[in-house]
Amino acid sequence: MNDHTLPSPAWTVSMRTRASSVSAAVALVVVALAFAVPFFATRAVLQDLFFILTMLVLAQGWNLLAGYAGLVSVGQQAFVGFGAYAMFAAVSLLGLDPLAGILIGGLAAAALAVPTAFFVFRLEGAYFAVGTWVIAEVVRLSLAQWKALGGGTGTSLPSGATRDMAGVRLVADWLGVRAAQATDIVCYWLALLLAVATVGLIYGLLRSRHGLGLAAVRDNREAARSIGVDPLRIKSFVYLVVALVTGLTGALIYVQKARISPDAAFSVPDWTAYVIFIVVIGGIGTIEGPIVGVVVFFVLRNLLADYGSWYLLILGLIGIVIMLFAPSGLWGLFANRTGIQLFPVRRILTGTHNAQTIKGVPHG
Amino acid sequence: MSLLETQGLTAFYGDFQALFGVDLRLEEGETLAVIGANGAGKSTLMRSICGLIANSADQIRFEGRGIGALAAPDIVRLGIAMVPEGRKLFPSLSVEENLLVGCYGRSGRVWTLDTIYDLFQQQMVAIGRALMSNPRILLCDEISLGLAPVVIRDIYAAFPKIRAGGASIVVVEQDIGQALAVADRVYCLMEGRVTLTGTPSSLTRDAIHAAYFGAHTT
Amino acid sequence: MNWLDTIVQGVLLGGLYALFAAGLGLVFGIMRLVNLAHGDLIVLAAFLVLLLASALGLSPFVAAALAPPAMVAFGWGLQFVVLNRTLGKDILPPLLVTFGLSIVIQNGLLEGFSADSRRIPAGALETASLQFGPVSVGTMPLLTFLSAIGVIVALNLIFYHTDLGRAFRATSDDRATAGLMGIRADRIFATATGLAMMVVTIAALYLGTRANFDPTMGPARLIYAFEAVIIGGLGSFWGTLAGGIILGVSQTIGAAINPEWQILAGHVAFLLVLLARPRGLFPRAVD
Repeated sequence: MNDHTLPSPAWTVSMRTRASSVSAAVALVVVALAFAVPFFATRAVLQDLFFILTMLVLAQGWNLLAGYAGLVSVGQQAFVGFGAYAMFAAVSLLGLDPLAGILIGGLAAAALAVPTAFFVFRLEGAYFAVGTWVIAEVVRLSLAQWKALGGGTGTSLPSGATRDMAGVRLVADWLGVRAAQATDIVCYWLALLLAVATVGLIYGLLRSRHGLGLAAVRDNREAARSIGVDPLRIKSFVYLVVALVTGLTGALIYVQKARISPDAAFSVPDWTAYVIFIVVIGGIGTIEGPIVGVVVFFVLRNLLADYGSWYLLILGLIGIVIMLFAPSGLWGLFANRTGIQLFPVRRILTGTHNAQTIKGVPHG
Repeated sequence: MSLLETQGLTAFYGDFQALFGVDLRLEEGETLAVIGANGAGKSTLMRSICGLIANSADQIRFEGRGIGALAAPDIVRLGIAMVPEGRKLFPSLSVEENLLVGCYGRSGRVWTLDTIYDLFQQQMVAIGRALMSNPRILLCDEISLGLAPVVIRDIYAAFPKIRAGGASIVVVEQDIGQALAVADRVYCLMEGRVTLTGTPSSLTRDAIHAAYFGAHTT
Repeated sequence: MNWLDTIVQGVLLGGLYALFAAGLGLVFGIMRLVNLAHGDLIVLAAFLVLLLASALGLSPFVAAALAPPAMVAFGWGLQFVVLNRTLGKDILPPLLVTFGLSIVIQNGLLEGFSADSRRIPAGALETASLQFGPVSVGTMPLLTFLSAIGVIVALNLIFYHTDLGRAFRATSDDRATAGLMGIRADRIFATATGLAMMVVTIAALYLGTRANFDPTMGPARLIYAFEAVIIGGLGSFWGTLAGGIILGVSQTIGAAINPEWQILAGHVAFLLVLLARPRGLFPRAVD
């Protein structure tokens, strides 16, 4: 007689690592501290942090596109600029509150992403990249024709528009600062909110089954299709989400700047080159990478600020060297050596095999 | 000194080991057959010899010289040409150009386009392309796959002429009968190891069967 | 609008774009590499020609004849040492490395030559023109167009009637099997980039003599080159000429309607072709 005790394995799928639990707690503390910064920091520090946070958001977006979805875009400046211009239109032409303008900027960018995707998704790989660049140029050249917003030379927000932004008066009174500084503080908080939300959103996405689908598509499109994952749908979804976030960021950046021009809003160095370098140097394909990258970028910028073109030149060289010899970036080098993941997105099979009593196995 | 010799040849695809110490010997003027089931390592053996797979230098010797670590372009310059599995013709090149590309970077020919056209009906271009490099050793990786028996017969019928042209031959062949008919000596591989070797006349049906499939019957 | 004149000018402009595109398409056809620094390499070559012409007091044509060895050697070395390492299944490394290269070249030129725009002086040729019936054709644009045709004829000759060309095509089809023929892929790729630099130098001559140029003009040239290749279709050099012409004519028609619309008109034409025929109008290659 055969004797089978069905094995009762205690396998579970877990995503938590020890490091991630620790870092989650640390992250909470960091965010709380970051929130409190305006209470004791100077305006210059605030502006630096604003820059770091907005670049971080752009970098996380580009990283999601290129590192996870395999979409290397050299045209994200299209969404930065379009979001910014949509915000300007909302504020200057429709008289809306800049806060609403920012939201409109994000939505406008997402709307732009629809026809854009329609065109560029006909291309693959390197062709896709240059295609996104062409689209950005088309948008830039088109907006430069919009005389109501300054045409080729650009325009400024109506005076007082940012001063009257929702929350600025409140902050000015609460902290006893002038309107201009209060504006910076509000923008900073918005940037912090956007950064935390973006990182959280991406982390959540990658941990979800959509994230699994993305990884499947990235590794083998046909195999992914065979298990019901539609590569086009998931890539379009990611492209749209990143466009939305990029547009929000662009609008927010230009609320703080209060002055816009087509060349600035669609600048390839500012919104694509720097972003790409941040992600490459920090580490493509991880959430930690862009965080590391933005810090390195900021330090380098301060070190080389007086050297004009040398700054970009050195940045470019570092990027090339890293891509050739350490393609997983600085964080990748660290993580590969130590195995530490702060934002774990891989599913690990853990658990033990409980005792089995299987008798009656065939001879042989 | 043998024309070609492998000693303890090992080969890996990443972490996966495909050959576990294969010893093989080809003398000048011989035709060898290598037989074995799918996945036994026959193609891996050929790809190792012709330089598509990197091995340790001394594991493969051509006229005594260790060539195991050389890449394909250097190996063909030495005089070892491969007819790859699946023919692998260049779609962007015409038939004649496919032949001509075989003598890239070389001068002086034993084989001309006309003599090659006379030799074969199908498989011609792939085998002919390899002959165009004036090889001392011709490696044939499953050249009979997908061909009609009549055609296969004609191809193998041309082998004596190829030998007369100065090339010794190693042929990987799944058809045991064909292999035994054409070869001077046979090696059988299973799971990356040589399980049997000898002249066709000295091998029994059973011995081949056992070496080919593995004798795990109790 | 004078239609005939507009179209003729557009066709001649297409010759310049075809020169930009030929080098890009050649490299992509052989090794599937889109060199994002392509435009910047053209600008680099233009500065080199300018330097030779002004330092040695030569005519631009003589300077352009002296420049190729440096550019070809540079291209060969760049491919062999740096870009060959990026080739593989992953699309990120070649894109990001060539993008980084683009930034490095631009900023290197900015440091070396400042942001001022320059022009390669061509003396009387700059304004000379020939009369063909009702149409006046500039001598330089005509020379540009004829050079484009010459380059394409030469490239076709190389690709389809020489051992090297056979090696290019075989390597592009199947790199491993080409190795079995004795073709060293890494050297073939380097030779291809060297050849592309030859074409780039010719393009640079005509770019530099035609109008002002400055270190940041590279990316726009890349885009024109890219658009011409896409419109024409991959794998055919004559197709690239056709693509360049269509792009040039679109631009001149757009400019004739409104000078501010010139570049936008070209982009629109590109997008329309992309919409209707994603593989281009005259595709030849098997992808």
